[in-house]
Amino acid sequence: MDPTEPVRSRFHAARHALVQEAALTAMVVAAIGGSAALLLFLVGFPILQGLAALWTGSFGSWYAFTSATLVRAVPLLLTGCAVALAFRGGVFNIGAEGQLLIGAASAATVVLAVPAVGTGAPIWIVAALIAAAVGGALLAAAAAYLRLRYGVLEVISTIMLNFVAVHVVSYLVRGPLQEPTHVYPQSATIDQALRLPHISGAGRLHMGFVLALMLAVATGWMLRYTAAGFRLLATGESPSAAASAGGIDVRGTTARVFLLSGALAGLAGGVEVLGVTFALYENISPGYGYTAIAVALLARLDPWRVVVTAVLFGALEAGAGAMQRDAGVPSTLVSVIEATLILAAVAVQAIRSRRPAAFDTRARSVDA
Amino acid sequence: MIEPSRGGALPALALQGIDKRFGATRALTSASLRVHPGTVHALLGENGAGKSTLMRIAYGMERPDAGTIQVRGVTVRFDSPARAIAHGIGMVHQHFTLVPVMTVAENVALGGHGTLDLQWTISGLHQLSERTGFALDPQAHVELLPVAAQQRVEIAKALMRNARLLILDEPTAVLPPSEGTTLLRWLRGFADQGNAVVLITHKLSEALSVADDVTILRRGRTVLAARAADASAASLTSAMLGAADSGDRPIHSPADRHERRTAAAPVFRAERITVVDPAGIVSVRAASFVIGAGEIVGIAGVEGSGQRELLRALAGRLPVASGTLERPNVVGFVPEDRHRDAVLLDRPLTENIALRGAGVRRGLIDWRAMGERTESLMRAFDVRAAGPRAPMRTVSGGNQQKLVLARELGAEQSSGPSAIVVENPTRGLDVRAMAQVHDRLRRARDSGAAVAVYSSDVDEVLELADRVLVVYAGTVREAPVDRDPVGRLMLGGEIDGSD
Repeated sequence: MDPTEPVRSRFHAARHALVQEAALTAMVVAAIGGSAALLLFLVGFPILQGLAALWTGSFGSWYAFTSATLVRAVPLLLTGCAVALAFRGGVFNIGAEGQLLIGAASAATVVLAVPAVGTGAPIWIVAALIAAAVGGALLAAAAAYLRLRYGVLEVISTIMLNFVAVHVVSYLVRGPLQEPTHVYPQSATIDQALRLPHISGAGRLHMGFVLALMLAVATGWMLRYTAAGFRLLATGESPSAAASAGGIDVRGTTARVFLLSGALAGLAGGVEVLGVTFALYENISPGYGYTAIAVALLARLDPWRVVVTAVLFGALEAGAGAMQRDAGVPSTLVSVIEATLILAAVAVQAIRSRRPAAFDTRARSVDA
Repeated sequence: MIEPSRGGALPALALQGIDKRFGATRALTSASLRVHPGTVHALLGENGAGKSTLMRIAYGMERPDAGTIQVRGVTVRFDSPARAIAHGIGMVHQHFTLVPVMTVAENVALGGHGTLDLQWTISGLHQLSERTGFALDPQAHVELLPVAAQQRVEIAKALMRNARLLILDEPTAVLPPSEGTTLLRWLRGFADQGNAVVLITHKLSEALSVADDVTILRRGRTVLAARAADASAASLTSAMLGAADSGDRPIHSPADRHERRTAAAPVFRAERITVVDPAGIVSVRAASFVIGAGEIVGIAGVEGSGQRELLRALAGRLPVASGTLERPNVVGFVPEDRHRDAVLLDRPLTENIALRGAGVRRGLIDWRAMGERTESLMRAFDVRAAGPRAPMRTVSGGNQQKLVLARELGAEQSSGPSAIVVENPTRGLDVRAMAQVHDRLRRARDSGAAVAVYSSDVDEVLELADRVLVVYAGTVREAPVDRDPVGRLMLGGEIDGSD
């Protein structure tokens, strides 16, 4: 092998990866634009007006970008990382939605229990966020226990636990956490001082965005560079090889994956309550935990790429709202566009997973 | 070749001149088998002798390249098991083909035709139980049944389809001894009613105790067909193992081995160790032996003798239940199922190298250093791949195995003698890769490593080993590096040929 080869090939590989990345992004944007235009055409809405609303509502202005797109990207970023981490570790956590809801309920419970807000507000906020993470992790722990103790597939148990979470929130906002007048099925509004501070100059965007960004970077860094991250990857890739060749505690690693994933998703709920809704109510999440699966898959389960895909999906959600408002396009149509994109994401993933076969023939000729 | 004759009765099954090739391998060459009604017929042979292939042909799972199949004198062609079943042939595989969540009756009904009448199946099973003394609850869920009962379900499936010839592949291997005896007694009774049984086995004692006739396959040929009464353990052993064909395999001279043995300082020392497998069955009993630095100790044994658990105990992958086992803290292990237990197929070679010791590593992984280490191991072990970042899947089996060996030998570290346990190191490799792997194992030995190697191919064990340990029914005994005594011990005999 030519000694300069590794450097050159690494450069080529990096450039190749960049080109691929750009091509993929272009494909996704084309898929969004194309499917949106097609649907608008089929249902008989003015195409240009609809697409324009989609754009102005998401990337059209600094205000739209920060207050609409990024605000919606925050929970997607956290749940997206939760799903990416879990899938990488061989845990098919479909329960990010339920973990988010329990996280939101936990955070709300903590801040609503504060008797009188004094100078200790930041401590209460931190405590509420910790409670959110713990709440999410506990719900995931139930699935982890079922899997490790009884072999129950987490795909099933986490979906079931999503319903449990929905009804727990339902109970709380009609029972113990209901607002003082006992009229509406929602909690009291969270005190101003106990909300996440807004980022100055960024409209309604709150500090939860910074937190989510930091956690996404940290999660990606952990997977890439730490021994613990490698144990997680190896366990997800092949539990038998991880145990036999790596001496890895597979059950322990799996349990940690459940807890970490649940904690990230729970945190998403906490951040949402403290930064956006300021109260707990039933439909606090428009399905962030489910959209997160598409966000994670489109990012090829890499938390760093999740930053990009979460913003993309955040934009879509924001733009969808604008389309409904400005162009009168009903929200059902918007859901169809989102579903199309999710299908496109799954298709891209399927095509990608077929790629190693092509690689194989090339490598075999080296081998001969 | 002598065919046992059975008066004028037509054979229940007669296979004649069966040839079968898989790619370049000849699995069967003019193999024959003649099973008479009213008999239990033992089909014996080493691993890979072609027993299972021959029976898969008889059951319509494989089609022969040449040869004829006759059932009660009628020439038949089976293009599927359904055709074989229609001719009254049933087969019980070593790995059961049951649906765990279904009931016994549902499993039996599975594969039938027309409308599903479970009631009919259930009453049929009750009648079968009465007729044959076969205890089976038709409503029981298969997954909750013990292995012996699951096996009875498999047999019931065949009997409910009116099987008159039962083929069983190593049926007692999965059973506890007492259940095994019960099964064999039942099979005897089944045969006595005018049916026939073919028992694929490599347990000589079983063949001699229960069978009427014995057929032995070696390297795809029928080398012996005799009445069990006329056979002895010694004659069967020599027929199974054949004469050592020393011509085509280089074997180290005994003097050479002796020299190494005396030089060896113990690396592994086992004192009356007992190993229990994950299912709770005692697999190794009171074994005592020493494996020294700078020697290759070959381990031989027919499948299921306990060698699998012995290897894992040496490698530290299974605990020792009693006795003492002195072993280095770090022992390399090359398991036979490479894809499942040794590599991350979709990850780069570098990550596969990093896998070793991943369980105890702390903090950060220096991937640059790991990549360099991978490159140096690839150079040292002549691993051909696109580079250290190529996914493991893109590399050929031989190169994967060399990389695993390199990793497990820790070849770049020079601290003290390394220890490595290797299981079927060349399974699935071509001749050239096989030679390279053998060469690496010898080089490791020459540089002072303690090497324990098991292969289901006795010749491979003999080719590599400086000393041989034979495992039979959980007991471990040392044998001279020679085909005859090793073969006799593997089959439960004595070194000198006495039974």
